[in-house]
Amino acid sequence: MSSGTVASEGADEAPIGAVQQTGKSAKKLHGMIFIGLAGLLLIAPFVLYPVFLMKVLCFALFASAFSLLLGYAGLLSFGHAAYFGMASYIAAHAAKVWGFTPELAILSGTLVGTLLGVVFGWLAIKRQGIYFAMITLALSQMVFFFCVQAKFTGGEDGIQAVPRGHLFGLIDLANDRVLYFVVAAIFLFGMIAIYRIIHSPFGQVMKAIRDNEPRAVSLGYRVNQYKLALFVLSTALAGLAGATKAIVFQLASLTDVHWSMSGEVVLMTLVGGLGTVFGPMVGAAVIVTMQNYLATLGAWVLVVQGFIFVACVLAFREGIVGLFAKRLKQPL
Amino acid sequence: MKRKTLTAAVAVTALLAGGSAFAQVPVKLGVLNDMSGLYADISGPGSVVAARLAVEDFKPESKGIKVEIVSADHQNKPDVGSTIARKWYDQDGVDVILDVTTSSVALAVSDVTKEKNKIFMISGGGTSDLTGAKCTANNVHWTYDTWALANGTGSAVTKAGGDSWFMLTADYAFGAALDRDTSEAVKKAGGKIVGSVKHPLSTADFSSFLLQAQASKAKVIGMANAGSDTINTIKQAAEFGITQSGQSLAGLLIFSSDVKSLGLQAAQGLKLTEAFYWDQTDATRAFSKRFAAAFGGKMPTSAQAGVYSSVLHYLKAVEALKDKDTTKVMAKMKELPIDDALFGKGSIRVDGRAIHPMYLYEVKKPEESKGEWDMYKVVATIPTEEAFRPLKDGGCPLVK
Repeated sequence: MSSGTVASEGADEAPIGAVQQTGKSAKKLHGMIFIGLAGLLLIAPFVLYPVFLMKVLCFALFASAFSLLLGYAGLLSFGHAAYFGMASYIAAHAAKVWGFTPELAILSGTLVGTLLGVVFGWLAIKRQGIYFAMITLALSQMVFFFCVQAKFTGGEDGIQAVPRGHLFGLIDLANDRVLYFVVAAIFLFGMIAIYRIIHSPFGQVMKAIRDNEPRAVSLGYRVNQYKLALFVLSTALAGLAGATKAIVFQLASLTDVHWSMSGEVVLMTLVGGLGTVFGPMVGAAVIVTMQNYLATLGAWVLVVQGFIFVACVLAFREGIVGLFAKRLKQPL
Repeated sequence: MKRKTLTAAVAVTALLAGGSAFAQVPVKLGVLNDMSGLYADISGPGSVVAARLAVEDFKPESKGIKVEIVSADHQNKPDVGSTIARKWYDQDGVDVILDVTTSSVALAVSDVTKEKNKIFMISGGGTSDLTGAKCTANNVHWTYDTWALANGTGSAVTKAGGDSWFMLTADYAFGAALDRDTSEAVKKAGGKIVGSVKHPLSTADFSSFLLQAQASKAKVIGMANAGSDTINTIKQAAEFGITQSGQSLAGLLIFSSDVKSLGLQAAQGLKLTEAFYWDQTDATRAFSKRFAAAFGGKMPTSAQAGVYSSVLHYLKAVEALKDKDTTKVMAKMKELPIDDALFGKGSIRVDGRAIHPMYLYEVKKPEESKGEWDMYKVVATIPTEEAFRPLKDGGCPLVK
C-alpha cells in the first residue's frame, strides 16, 4: 500500500506476520487451536443457549472474512454489510419464496455475495487507502437504499418467517441444536478456508503486497488481480455468514445492510486483533456477548461499545488475540 | 449411613412433591417495546408501569399465581425483537409477550410466538394483519388496529366534507396497512385518494413529502404514520402554511402523548380515533391518577392502558384454569367476556381481535382546556359491533 492512513495501520501490524515466519511450532500450535475450537464448538450448545451461539458464529465468520481483507491485504472495506446483508436477503427469499432447501438457499446467498464482490471489488481496487474505503462505503449505501425500496426485501419489515426447512431435504432444522451443528460446521469450514488462504503461496503474495506494493509489482506480480481475488474471497465468506444468519434467525432485515453493520465488523476485528486468524472471532464473541447481555441498557449499549473500543485502542492496539500472539511470540 | 441418606432423600423428595400440590402457578410476562426511540412515549417504560399496576390490582398471590415481569427494548428493529422474543421463550421462561409497538416487529414476534406456542398480547402494535391474513391462534390484539383507526377517522372526516385525500405513509408494515385500510374507508364513505407518498420510518425532514401533498391540492392530508413522525409532520405542515391554506391534516394514529408534546395550539381541531382516553369515566380517571403517580405525572396512553387491561384478562384466565397451558389459556380468554374498567364490555373473537367501543375525539382549543392534560372532547362513540373489521373480511385462516 502506498498512501493513506489505512496503509500505515497495515504497516504497523506487519511485524507480527512478517518477523515471525509461520514455522513448524506455529503450525503445531494452530492445529491445536483448531482442535480445541472444534471441541469447544461440540460442547458449547449443551452449556449455552444455541441461538446465541449461532449468532456468535455467524458474526465470527463475518468478522474473519472482513479481517482477511484488512489484515492480510491492508484493504479497509467500509461496506462489508452490503455482501453480508444482500446474501441474507437472497437466502431468505430463496428459502421462503422459491422454496429452496436451506443448503441451496445459503449457497445462492453466498453466490450473490461473491458476484457483488466481483463487481464492487473491480470498481474499488482501482483506488487505494481512504478512497478505497469511501468507494466501498458508497457502493454499500447504494445497496442499502436498493434494499429499502426493492419489493422483495419488504422495506422496513424485512423478510420475515423464513422457513428453516430440511437440510438436503432430510434433516429437520427446526431443532435449535441440530441447526447449531450445521452452523458450526459452516463456521469451521469458513475458518479453515481462511487459514488455508492466508498460509498458501497466494496469501504470502498478499502479505508481500500489503507490506510493499511497489516491490511486489517489480517482482512481476499483477497486484490488482491478487487484490481482486482476495476481495472476492472475502465477500464470498461474508455472504456465507449473512446467508447462514438469515436461516438461523428466519429473518433478513435492513439492520444487516446498514452501514453501522460495516462499522461493527471493523470494531470486532480491531478488538479481537488485526492481522490474526483467530482474533476476529474472539472480537465477534466479545461484541455479540456484550450486545446480548447488556440488551437491557437499550441504546446505551453503543456507548459501552464505544468505551471498550477506546480502551482497546489505548491499552492494547494489537487486540485481544494480538496481545497473546505478542506474548507467545507466535503468529495466531 | 447410606440407608439414612436414602431415607432422608426420599423424605425431602416427598416433601417437595407434597409442597408442589399447593405451589403457585408461576407466570412470567415480558413487556417488549420501544424504550428509547420514536415510540417510547406511546408505550415504552409506561407500559411496564401499567403491567405492574395490573399485577398489583389483581393480587395474584392470594389467587395461587406468582407473577414476574421482565421488559426489553426492541429498538424498532424486527431482528432485535425476534431475537429477544426467542430468548425469552427458550431461555427465560416467559409465557406472554405484551405490547410490542412497531408493526414490523410485532409481526416478527408473532411468528416466533406461534413457533414456540406461547401467547402474544398486542397493545402498541397496529397492523390489522395481526388478526387478518397473518393471524395466529396465539395472538390477542387488544387496543386498536389500523382498520379501526381508518374506519373511525377516515369515514368521519370524509363524511364531514373532506372527500379528496393525499396519503403520507410511513414505509413499513403499519403504514402500508393503515394506508390500505384508510383508502378503503375513504372510498366507502364516498371520497377519493388523489395521491400518496411513502417516507422512511423515523424521518426528521418532511419537506419534500409535504410539498408533494400540497401540490396535490387534496382537501385532506392523511398521515399514516405514528409517534414522532406524526409530530414532525404536523409541526412542519404548520411551518409550510399547509393548514392555514385550507388543506387539513387527518392524524390516523395519534396518541394522547403526541398531542401533549405538540401542544394544543398546534394540534387543535385535529380529529382522531382512540380506544381509551384518561378522562372518560370515573374508573379511567381513577386508574390514570394512580398511573400518573407512579410514572412521573404522565397520564397513560391507550397503548399503556391496553397493557394494563390485557394483563388483567390473561391473569383472570389463568386463575380460572389454575394452569398456564397456552391452548387452554387462549381458549379461556376467548371464552371469558371482557368487562373492563378501562375499555368497557367486549370479547375476544376467534381471530384474536379483542373488541370494545372506539371513540372519535377532537383536540380541544387552548381556551377550552381546563388543565394540562385536558385535551380531548368526544365527537362520537363507535359501538363495539362497528368499531372493528367484520370477522369475515379479515381473511384470517382461523375463521371458518
